[in-house]
Amino acid sequence: MTGSGLGLWGIPLEVLAGAIRVSTPYLLVSLGECITEKSGRINLGLEGVLVMGAMAGYATSLASGSPWLGVLAAGLVGALFGLLHGLLCSMPRVNDIAIGISIMLLGIGLAFLLGKPLIQPQAPTLGAIPFGFWSDSPQIRSALQINPLFLLGVLLAFVLHYAFRYTRWGMRLRIVGDSEDAARALGYPVLPTRISATMLGGFLAGIGGAFLSLYYPGSWNEGLSSGQGIIAVALVIFARWEPLRCLWASLLFGAAGALGPALQSIGITSAYYLLNAAPYFLTLAILIATCAPNRTLQGAPGELSLVR
Amino acid sequence: MSKAKFSASRRRFMQTAGAAVAMTALGPLSFKQAQAAGKYTIGVVYVGSRSDYGYNQSHAEAAASLKKMPGLKVVEEEKVPETVAVQKTMEAMINEDGAKMVFATSFGYFNPHVLKMAAKYPAVHFAHCGGLWTDKDPKNISSFFGYIDECEYLSGIVAAHASKSKKLGFIAAKPIPQVLRNINAFTLGAQSIDPSITTHVIFTGDWSLPVKEAEAANSLIDQGCDVLTCHVDGPKVIVETAEKRGVYTCGYHANQASLAPKGYLTGAEWNWATPYKILTDAAVAGKAPVNFLRGGLKEGFVKMSPYGKAVSDKAKKMADGAKAGMMKGDFVIFKGPLKDNAGKVAVAEGVKLGQQDPVLEQMNYLVAGVVGKI
Repeated sequence: MTGSGLGLWGIPLEVLAGAIRVSTPYLLVSLGECITEKSGRINLGLEGVLVMGAMAGYATSLASGSPWLGVLAAGLVGALFGLLHGLLCSMPRVNDIAIGISIMLLGIGLAFLLGKPLIQPQAPTLGAIPFGFWSDSPQIRSALQINPLFLLGVLLAFVLHYAFRYTRWGMRLRIVGDSEDAARALGYPVLPTRISATMLGGFLAGIGGAFLSLYYPGSWNEGLSSGQGIIAVALVIFARWEPLRCLWASLLFGAAGALGPALQSIGITSAYYLLNAAPYFLTLAILIATCAPNRTLQGAPGELSLVR
Repeated sequence: MSKAKFSASRRRFMQTAGAAVAMTALGPLSFKQAQAAGKYTIGVVYVGSRSDYGYNQSHAEAAASLKKMPGLKVVEEEKVPETVAVQKTMEAMINEDGAKMVFATSFGYFNPHVLKMAAKYPAVHFAHCGGLWTDKDPKNISSFFGYIDECEYLSGIVAAHASKSKKLGFIAAKPIPQVLRNINAFTLGAQSIDPSITTHVIFTGDWSLPVKEAEAANSLIDQGCDVLTCHVDGPKVIVETAEKRGVYTCGYHANQASLAPKGYLTGAEWNWATPYKILTDAAVAGKAPVNFLRGGLKEGFVKMSPYGKAVSDKAKKMADGAKAGMMKGDFVIFKGPLKDNAGKVAVAEGVKLGQQDPVLEQMNYLVAGVVGKI
């Protein structure tokens, strides 16, 4: 049956493949934001960092010929933006949400400006590991082409889950995020912890951007992110600051995004606008389901300006 | 001594500042007069980025060809949304830059934005791409467009020869008449070779959504489509994805052959420099604007990408045969009997809709053989 369609059976495969392909930027950005928010700061600017990372990664890969160098450059640019956010927010009476929005606008604007000459050329892109070698179906083989960055993200989710709970580093981060006074009383450095947490968040978001421009869809242009960084930040809230829940939520979002095209490809096209809106619909539904007026957000770090 | 020095420098500061204020106040006026004596200013407005390797770039290239013509000055603004923002941009071009002619290049600019501006500034010439001008609209509007469906028909012929699964994929942004006309022409071209061929359509919902376009390409390939084409602003992602998955593509807007050396068959390209030159020459010469300007392959408004390596000699022969008919001007793509994919009659038996027929610009159906709904 090679070369022919899968019909209805293609839908679950498509959605699974889509979940793996599309979820990586959500996953990396939300894990990064998770670290930042655990320290008591919110960085809304990760959309800008994501776009900047995508541009910087593509440019570096094009110039050097090495896509992995591009990934590193994207991470470093992201960390630099994180540092900027961290330093600005460490000044007295500075609102981290306002700074986040300005970082977002700065990142997007700068990336579009510097990215103008990068739209046409083709940079070397990242490869994938063929986990579908056992199958002779081209669809399954293609669905199981998995990029190492996705595996890295999954691993990181488990590592962070463990680290937040059982390591000294995780405890210190949580204390700084939950109560500044307690952290000071224990002699933990509050500002350096927060700044480095924001930098780490930026680093991961930058790598998420590199995934977009260097693997899937694997090209730089101005519509590349279309709000994925913002969705990922919202995702952290309904994952209730739990890295493993971030992983499931990211996969769910990837799957929701893949559903529309998958159904249309077999001719189920009614209500495709609604299907295309599925990820946003899902966000709303989950937020409504998890938030009630009579209780506060569970698991929210105490110092977060969202809940303070 | 030091005080005197200070006051002297302050006086000089005041003089300079005063002069600067006077300059900015008078500047635009004298500048405009100089322009009136010298250059003819043309404004060009784009909906996306000028360098998108697609639709907007094809217009920017035409604008660049205007810049080379003597006596013309071109001002441009990109990423102007199809909202009241475009009215502000056009007014700024007219009032600040002294533009006598404005090219509004996106479909959604026409109604109501260009119509309103044309009524407000009767001395300015508005050229709009793709709008359907009628007798009731202001006379200072030129609506221009290219019959790119001719190229889509030829691409369909080539795609039909390359396809083994007899399933073609089409990734489209929005179901507007021009997009539907392209999907239909592509399908009819393919069906002229093999009537059993189907085209599977995915609408992404907007002009530039790279992740969704890549997802759509993968879905279509997984469902067995082995030739893809598209109508989105930047086809780069789709062409690259298809090449990675080892299927063929037909390009759109511009030549994307270099992105897919193995799988690129041919493509439908714009050649906007032709209508831009016709309209600008007439406007500079002070002639009354042509309100409705259309052209296809014959008039040089559109062109085909050179055939790729994978195109067979038989396919070339068939496509060149149809192209020769189009160049003569007697080839009809949409002729009865033609049914839509819901089984209703779209074009009645015996009816031939020539390319210039305005009915075609209100197309609201997908022909039989297209899998998908508007």
